[in-house]
Amino acid sequence: MKILALILAYNEEKTILDVIKETKIELPEADILVVNDGSTDRTKELLDKRRDIIVLHHPFNMGIGGAIWTGFNFFSRKDYEYLVRIDGDGQHLPSQAKELLEPLARKEADLVIGSRFITREGYLSSFGRRGGIKLLNLLTTFMLKQKITDNTSGFRAYNRTSVCLLAEDYPFDYPEPIEVYILSRKGLKIKEVSAKMRQREGGVTSIGVLHTYYYLVKVLLTILVNFLYGGKK
Amino acid sequence: MNPYPLGTVQILSILFSLSLLALIIVLIRRKKIREEYAILWIVIFLAFFLLSVFRGLIDNISSLLGIQYQPASLFLILIGFLFLLVFHFSLVISDMKKKINALAMTLAILEESVTKEQKNSS
Repeated sequence: MKILALILAYNEEKTILDVIKETKIELPEADILVVNDGSTDRTKELLDKRRDIIVLHHPFNMGIGGAIWTGFNFFSRKDYEYLVRIDGDGQHLPSQAKELLEPLARKEADLVIGSRFITREGYLSSFGRRGGIKLLNLLTTFMLKQKITDNTSGFRAYNRTSVCLLAEDYPFDYPEPIEVYILSRKGLKIKEVSAKMRQREGGVTSIGVLHTYYYLVKVLLTILVNFLYGGKK
Repeated sequence: MNPYPLGTVQILSILFSLSLLALIIVLIRRKKIREEYAILWIVIFLAFFLLSVFRGLIDNISSLLGIQYQPASLFLILIGFLFLLVFHFSLVISDMKKKINALAMTLAILEESVTKEQKNSS
């Protein structure tokens, strides 16, 4: 079983080394790939000292979707079987990565999402953002006819089919919800497992609180356009 | 033919549109602007030029559109063109952004494989 652990880092000098360390302990058999998305702090310097991991540097900040896309393309060019995504800010617990990978190995799913809202333990995001997440979940649940409790969670594991499909044409701006949407329309199986998250230790969220609803409107637009387009086929 | 005497504004607008037309042509020759983007500009300046020379044209267009106040149809035409232009730029920018992303992604992957090879050989 060849696993690639994809860690995304944008200005995570405070947390990145701990995340790598934890991931190495929890997934000793996995290759660790860190995509540094144009960090302006010491992240690059810290990563370049490491010999035990694979590091890709973006020449400038492309946003989280761009970093994921680079990771997916690296994966698809090699012979890995599974990919697990872990954020460089320490909000995901590498100790739970195995639970995300298991359903893939058992061929129960092509994408496994670590959901905060199944058992509702740990950090559940701020109140204002939870409303947005809920609305998005409702909409995807309705459109995909499958209940998704945490469509914005970035703690995910993919098998090769999913990664290669997404690597072709990646939804840069709003990766998580659209990923689910694309894969589900292609008939791939999506499963959620319960995951706890920590409040992020360092770094800044990729979506500010004020931007949450702007983000939501844009995601809804993307989904809607795809839905109309897909419906005509 | 032309019921109006040649006014200062008309002379100015004829000169203005002609010089902008000339500028575009010079820029194309010097390869400072790509033809595909220049075409829309040429169309705009030509239209502007024609409207300045034949002042009756705008009256005809106005009555055709049912617009009482002739300058309003001029603004309408100009705004229409500007919309097209800005829309065209949005398309170009989106396309460029996509290509830049693809370049950065490829660069990141290539850089890693080159550094790895250098480390192996040294």
